[in-house]
Amino acid sequence: MKVALFVTCLADHYFAEAAADAVRLLRHLGCEVTFPDAQTCCGQPAYNAGMSREAVRMADHTMEVFADCEAVVLPSGSCATMVKKFYPRLMEEADRAVQAAALADRTFELAEFIMRRLGVTRLGDGLAGRRVALHQGCHALRELRLETEPAVLLEGAGAEVVPWEAAEECCGFGGLFSVKMTDVSAALADRKLDSLPRVDWVVSGDGGCILQLDGRGRARGDGVEFVHLATALWRGVDGWAGEAMAERDSGGRHGRSNGQAGRRLE
Amino acid sequence: MSVRISEYATRSREAIRDRPEVRTAVTGATVAFDEKRRRAYGEVDADSWRRWAEGVKNHLLTHLDDYLAEAEAQLEANGADVHWARDADEARQIVLALAARHSARSVVKGKSMLTEEVELNPALERAGIEVYETDLGEYILQLLDEPPSHIVGPAIHKTLEQVQHLFADRLETDPGGDPDELARAARDVLRDAFINADMGITGGNFLVAETGTVALIENEGNIRLTTSLPRVHVALVGIEKLLPRMSDLAGFLQLTARAATGQPIGCFVSLVQGPASAPGDDGPEEVHVVLVDNGRTDVLLHEHAWEALRCVRCGACLNTCPVYRQTGGHAYGWVYSGPIGSVLDPGLLGLHEAMPLPFASSLCGACFDACPVRIPIPELLLSWREEAQQKGLTPWKERAALAGLATAATRPPLYRAAARIGTRLGATRAARKLPMLSDWSNDRDLPRPSPHTFRQLWRQGIK
Repeated sequence: MKVALFVTCLADHYFAEAAADAVRLLRHLGCEVTFPDAQTCCGQPAYNAGMSREAVRMADHTMEVFADCEAVVLPSGSCATMVKKFYPRLMEEADRAVQAAALADRTFELAEFIMRRLGVTRLGDGLAGRRVALHQGCHALRELRLETEPAVLLEGAGAEVVPWEAAEECCGFGGLFSVKMTDVSAALADRKLDSLPRVDWVVSGDGGCILQLDGRGRARGDGVEFVHLATALWRGVDGWAGEAMAERDSGGRHGRSNGQAGRRLE
Repeated sequence: MSVRISEYATRSREAIRDRPEVRTAVTGATVAFDEKRRRAYGEVDADSWRRWAEGVKNHLLTHLDDYLAEAEAQLEANGADVHWARDADEARQIVLALAARHSARSVVKGKSMLTEEVELNPALERAGIEVYETDLGEYILQLLDEPPSHIVGPAIHKTLEQVQHLFADRLETDPGGDPDELARAARDVLRDAFINADMGITGGNFLVAETGTVALIENEGNIRLTTSLPRVHVALVGIEKLLPRMSDLAGFLQLTARAATGQPIGCFVSLVQGPASAPGDDGPEEVHVVLVDNGRTDVLLHEHAWEALRCVRCGACLNTCPVYRQTGGHAYGWVYSGPIGSVLDPGLLGLHEAMPLPFASSLCGACFDACPVRIPIPELLLSWREEAQQKGLTPWKERAALAGLATAATRPPLYRAAARIGTRLGATRAARKLPMLSDWSNDRDLPRPSPHTFRQLWRQGIK
């Protein structure tokens, strides 16, 4: 199957290796991956701020970029939700709404695509023995209803997904919310971090959530390691193959980079 | 309760930084309530129940004029008096006039958010009337002169130690008294109040139009006493609280209790249908129902916000809300707090008065999943945000930045250059001085960009 990757702003700039891992994973599963170069921002920042005219402009652009793609995959539940759920809502003209609905049907978050479209549940044994906590982005959980998919894939690759009291609670990112209501936003992150069980990694399919939790965790000196779901799933296939991920990801500049490092905390 | 919504940013910060016990108490209680609600929903076909309830309320709200007329006729046929209050002032004047007519010196009250909304207690007190809140949580707050912070658990922000201290001071209980002893001490005071009261004032969870029945849900028995012991019972009911038929009430009583506390039904359900039919019969001599608008008609006419009028005041959205859990209700600055307050307050008070509440949410969507009448709270928040942007109630820099993003995002080369520069700049020390990033970096370390963007990796070829 031909799959267009919609990398998303945050993954392009902060989780580039995770996005590359998504490409590796999709190729491994038999997909031909393309990257339409004219893609930009899905428009969610404007949509969430109540600036729907601006959001529509960005939606129009994105719909044009991905118009002829057989399937569109995003390494982000939040941006996938923007395309799948909010584009059809934003389009006022009937024919545009129909086009948005058609794109919505062909658009998937990564884990959603693997399980619901490809029907794959077992990736490999690469995560055997690894204890992870899963932070589900709110859009992935409550809009896309990916209530089981990421955990099934992680467990299918041998990971132990450890119960976490606040697993389904919001991390407090919420885009604009994190800068407009910064104290409350940080308090939400604290609630997540305070209730976190002992794990090797915290895995999330949304870069925004990782920026928030990792940023707060580093400010507190927590030493928690965050891994993007795309990287975790690719490791599920591939294991480590003798590769030092931390070096690969950070270019040797940081001990750990934003949520991309795979070094075990032991 | 005076409106202090505009102070949300300051008051939420103070709650988080200066009163950590509030956060501990509120998070503990709401997490427990939310778990009970989830379990109680799981025992029934909650999705179908919620869709049914949504449909009943939508039918009611689109035929509200007819049902209000029917309710009035039925109440009068039952021997109750019906009063119409356009706004808070009229509601207060109606109750004050009734109190004066009966020379009331002492009033007992059941818990009612509507009486908070219309600021009834201060008006009664100014008229020289003694007011006793008889719900235990409300009684605690009355002693402390604080407003409720939660629709169902008004004193949810208080710890046991705080109540022990308060009661030891005011009711001379043992400073280490357990909750049972504390409740007994309050009961001793309130029993006398019930017996001596000239008037009982309550809200109303529902008003059945078909039969003219005011339904009240509670767990303490204080509302049962408030509605039956004093000679006069006055119920203040918002016009959106109607239900068409008695058979609807059966469903709503169960759904509301499951949503609010995870109970199959409240411990006490009082159905008030009118005064005692003959001298010597049980019940008050007079029953008055005050139907209050106070902005509700405006909300009903609003293109989006009308859906918030389905609210049954169960508090489930507060319990599940991660934002509410951090601050409690007082930070929101008015009677209705949490997710429902953030969509209802702009409708009742006007959007300008209710800023910045539509922005006090990460749009996580947990509230919609909890809501027994499926109010699309995240969507309503977005429509209020849109209205705020259109009316220029948000910072112009924010609007300019987002308009700039849209312009760049429709010109890919410009977008690529701007995003790359922005990301690199955002990781430097200088970023701490930029307006939005400085807010971010107060509480968090700055994000670290990847050494190469994905676009660069893609061009190099991904192996």
